[in-house]
Amino acid sequence: MTPYAYIIALLPLFSFLMIVFFLRWKEQVSSLFSISMIVLGWVLSLIVFIETLGRNGAPYESYFYITSFAGINFELGILVDSLTAIMLMVVTTVGACVQIYSVGYMKDDPRYSRFFAYLSLFTFSMLGLVLANNFFMIFIFWELVGLTSYLLISFWFEKKSAADAGKKAFITTRIGDLGFIVGLMMIAFYAGTFNYQGVFAKAAGGQIPAGILTVTAIFVFCGAVGKSAQFPLHVWLPDAMEGPTPVSALIHAATMVAAGVYLVARSMPIFASTADGAMVVATIGLITSFIAASIGLVQNDIKRILAYSTVSQLGYMIMALGLFGHDTALGEESVGYTAGTLHLMTHAFFKGLLFLGAGSVIHAVHTNDIQDMGGLSNKMKITTWTFIIASLSIAGIFPLSGFWSKDEIVATTLHHPVFFIGTLTIAFMTAFYMFRLCFLTFFGKPRDHHRYDHAHESPNVMTYPLVLLAVLSIFAGWWALPWLSHGYSSFVHFGEVKHEGPNYALMLISTIVAVSGITLAYLMYYRRSISAEKAAERFKPIYTFLYNKWYFDELYQKVIIDPIMKIADFMWNFDARVIDGAVNGTAWLTVLWSDIKLWFDVWIVDGAVNGSGWIIRQLGGALRYLQTGSMQFYALFIVVLVVLIAVFKFELVRIDRAWPFLTLVLALGFVALRFYSRLAAERNDGQSGISQEEKS
Amino acid sequence: MGILSWLYVVPLAGMLVVMCLPKDNKKLIRWTATLISVIPMLQSFWLTWDYFFNYSGSAAMAYVEGPFNWIPSLHIQYFLGVDGISVPLLFLTGLLSTLSLLASFGIENRVKEYFAFFLLLEAGMMGVFVALDFFLFYVFWEVMLVPMYFLIGVWGGPRKEYAAIKFFLYTLFGSIFMLVSILILYFTSNPHTLNMMTLIQSGSTLPYTLQMICFVFFFIAFAIKVPVWPFHTWLPDAHVEAPTAVSVILAGVLLKMGTYGMLRISWPMFPQPLRDLSFWIALLGVIAIIYGALVSMAQKDLKKLVAYSSVSHMGFCMLALAAYSSTQAISGCMFQMVSHGLLTGALFLLVGVLYDRAHTREIAAFGGLGSKLPIYSSIMVFFTMGSLGLPGMSGFISEFMIFIGSFSVLNKVMVGIAVLGVVLGAAYLLRMVQRVFLGEFNLAKWGGLTEINARELVTVVPLMLLTLWIGIYPKPLNDLMNATLTNLVNLMAR
Repeated sequence: MTPYAYIIALLPLFSFLMIVFFLRWKEQVSSLFSISMIVLGWVLSLIVFIETLGRNGAPYESYFYITSFAGINFELGILVDSLTAIMLMVVTTVGACVQIYSVGYMKDDPRYSRFFAYLSLFTFSMLGLVLANNFFMIFIFWELVGLTSYLLISFWFEKKSAADAGKKAFITTRIGDLGFIVGLMMIAFYAGTFNYQGVFAKAAGGQIPAGILTVTAIFVFCGAVGKSAQFPLHVWLPDAMEGPTPVSALIHAATMVAAGVYLVARSMPIFASTADGAMVVATIGLITSFIAASIGLVQNDIKRILAYSTVSQLGYMIMALGLFGHDTALGEESVGYTAGTLHLMTHAFFKGLLFLGAGSVIHAVHTNDIQDMGGLSNKMKITTWTFIIASLSIAGIFPLSGFWSKDEIVATTLHHPVFFIGTLTIAFMTAFYMFRLCFLTFFGKPRDHHRYDHAHESPNVMTYPLVLLAVLSIFAGWWALPWLSHGYSSFVHFGEVKHEGPNYALMLISTIVAVSGITLAYLMYYRRSISAEKAAERFKPIYTFLYNKWYFDELYQKVIIDPIMKIADFMWNFDARVIDGAVNGTAWLTVLWSDIKLWFDVWIVDGAVNGSGWIIRQLGGALRYLQTGSMQFYALFIVVLVVLIAVFKFELVRIDRAWPFLTLVLALGFVALRFYSRLAAERNDGQSGISQEEKS
Repeated sequence: MGILSWLYVVPLAGMLVVMCLPKDNKKLIRWTATLISVIPMLQSFWLTWDYFFNYSGSAAMAYVEGPFNWIPSLHIQYFLGVDGISVPLLFLTGLLSTLSLLASFGIENRVKEYFAFFLLLEAGMMGVFVALDFFLFYVFWEVMLVPMYFLIGVWGGPRKEYAAIKFFLYTLFGSIFMLVSILILYFTSNPHTLNMMTLIQSGSTLPYTLQMICFVFFFIAFAIKVPVWPFHTWLPDAHVEAPTAVSVILAGVLLKMGTYGMLRISWPMFPQPLRDLSFWIALLGVIAIIYGALVSMAQKDLKKLVAYSSVSHMGFCMLALAAYSSTQAISGCMFQMVSHGLLTGALFLLVGVLYDRAHTREIAAFGGLGSKLPIYSSIMVFFTMGSLGLPGMSGFISEFMIFIGSFSVLNKVMVGIAVLGVVLGAAYLLRMVQRVFLGEFNLAKWGGLTEINARELVTVVPLMLLTLWIGIYPKPLNDLMNATLTNLVNLMAR
């Protein structure tokens, strides 16, 4: 089956296309088709998983070239190794549970078919992402899951908050992708290929300078920061809870947000060659995890608490992988790779379950505010107990899944005191806020009787997936029991197989931390022997600070969004006034210039022309008396002219006068005579003279 | 007469046919013009097909006609030919012309003149992409201006005269620089010639100063057409005032002529000035990318937003052109030209669809259209996603190639800044989507809006399919251009 693993990804694509083009008018058929495709995908994934187990996790790769742009090959292919096999299982399992659950949750929604179409499209993209064998392809699917996330967050787009959240999610993750793109450019430039194996060989072979490698690693990590909602780009994930709850479970808890972790795990050869780069990764993970957990302590929206919890747990995984890369680069032993990937898997199950449980609660009471809940355990048995199993798992209680993966993470931090203390602190906070949530939601007295009275257990189609995920939340981690010598760590590993035996002291410490967190929550929110209100009052500044989520949104609004909008407006004004102003100004000047020229033309040039015309006309008026049209006159004129020239010549040459007086006098005399005779003739002709002229 | 001549002769003849039709039979005029434009469209399809299978292996000009001596005393020749950079653009011209004519059926005023001008426009565009003689090239280049001027100035919006004159004068202003350059080339070549192919070989032997002058003059002419920042302000005005179909042609084909001119003429002809100015060209590109995106963000008019997004997108082309020595970047540039033609063409068509119904393009006037017009909204979101460079669509391939290519040869920080355009692009486009399609629907105001109709669907669906095809399987287009581009890069990086 492994060579045909791409079929697993194509099945949901097929279902997407079928729903969009043929089935969308038949709602039930749409959802059934979509579910059957993903269940089929699950079966195939299981086969691939078993085959990969049989190969002991040895990678299988097959690909073909799409095209080659001047030496850089773009491939379409699959790489199936242990990491891929596990991710396939996680995506199809949670995906199937969520789709089945959605049949109940999305019932009566006007865009029911569209919902399943989007879910199918998402599943396709996510499976493509984990199957990809090169960086180019993972980026394609990386963006596609971002698109489906956008579409599903703003699924109820009539709500402004949902539309806002979708946009915020897309743009925020795109900021991370910006770094990813730069990372890809560096990979293309320095490695000359996108293929994982090719890039890793170059990275490990030392063909890429160390400094470049560090920068590349950090840029690639930027993508993970966006997608996995790490500090400082974590702000989109809590808002993404505006989407339907099954979406939150599948995309924003179990699978898509884990893509960043997957990317870091997948690119581990790069991170494991740069201690500095890996340390950046680990530090970001720790900071994120701490910030998110601290915010989770005081929130009241059930889904947002879970969202912050998700951010915090993702930070855990990133931290573990970062520390692993750091230690490996320095040649030290570490279990971080196993820890990070194991937690990725267990977290997918218990966090998916938590969200679906929260969805079940919201479905029953129609509110997200845990202050309006309480006592629901009486009415919603299955939801309550599966939710508590998941909470115990995430808190890290023996022997549930979460315990084993969290234990591995704690073990990773052993040689890094700051990380060790941080991890335990976060573990304590996690246990506390999870059980604060449990106690406030399911136990105590109902605080809103109206809502409580209408509450009811969800239908079977919603509770069965809860039970299935609860089973996985308990047992999935057992694969990594430290007593198993051929367990998880011999399947998923980086480099040599490293198996560490049980560390009982560590187990004890983490159990104590978790139990004390739960106990504190129990005392504050169940027994009420410690007043939560008084505590909030006492630590008012801290409480307000945490309640307002460290003011990240406000900060970004003031420091980034507002300035960009201002710059945009400024640029627009600049464009309209200055650049276009210059263009229009040039045009205006041209028009002005032509106006001036027009004036000049009319008054000066034309004036000169007209003026000379006038003068000539006047002269012509005078000269026309010379033109009489009679032969005799012309003969006379010629004779006079000859005489005048003769006199003139005589005067100038023979008498040597300075002025030809005689000639002038004669000439004037002739003209005057001619004038006179002409005037006399006109006077005599009268009317007839004019008519004669007209005739001629 | 070969196929290349027919490409422009058919629309030209079509124009005459349309002019002979009775003026009152609007239906007849519309269908005649559209059906006539189908002929060059099919010719361009066949050309693409045939070129791909028979000629794309080499960089030589194909379907060459001439050079025949046309006006021997001035050494003017009739010389046509196509290669890997003109074929995709001819394809785009053929396709978009027909789709635009289909989208023009709503024109009620002076129908005959409109369709006649449109066919003349098509003839001019086809001619520019096949001409290999400067005189021919210049004639076609100028011929386009006239119908464009009237199409905007007569059938445009409220400020149509202003926009038309601005477009006309601005482009003419650029053309003069081109003319001067052409004359310099003509008089310095020995023997005198206007043959582009010959001049590409001999252009680089001119004195450096003269090369620089010619290069800059050509650049101004082409930059106005692209338009490169800061020569871009005619574009938003022209787009906003022009009727839908004209906007489509303007964005889809006319802008490409600028970049085509650079690739065909000034880049390979003057490699030395190109090398010395490439930093500044890249800088103009980066400014256009960021600036265009930011200004888009501040727009209140849907069409103006798309117009400014063109400035940003064509900035990517300029960045790629500055990275002339990288085949990846130049491939990316060609992909971007085709992709921008498809995506922005479609966006203008869709804005027109909405404008025809709502008679406004103000973004703030809408909201929640997604619930009333699901098909229209989905298609619009589809193209928006394409425009912001989502993988699986053509825009992604082109932007990615441009980034990778220019990163390898240009200043790395500058390319890093250009990548910011990707985020800004997402920001202004999603903001638009949110304000127009998401949120609450105003039933009282827009209850009467009707869903996109079959004719309008026919105009956008081909563009959707092509966008997806290029995005998912770019190999054919890449193979079609590869030999030409490799040769071109060798010429440019001499």
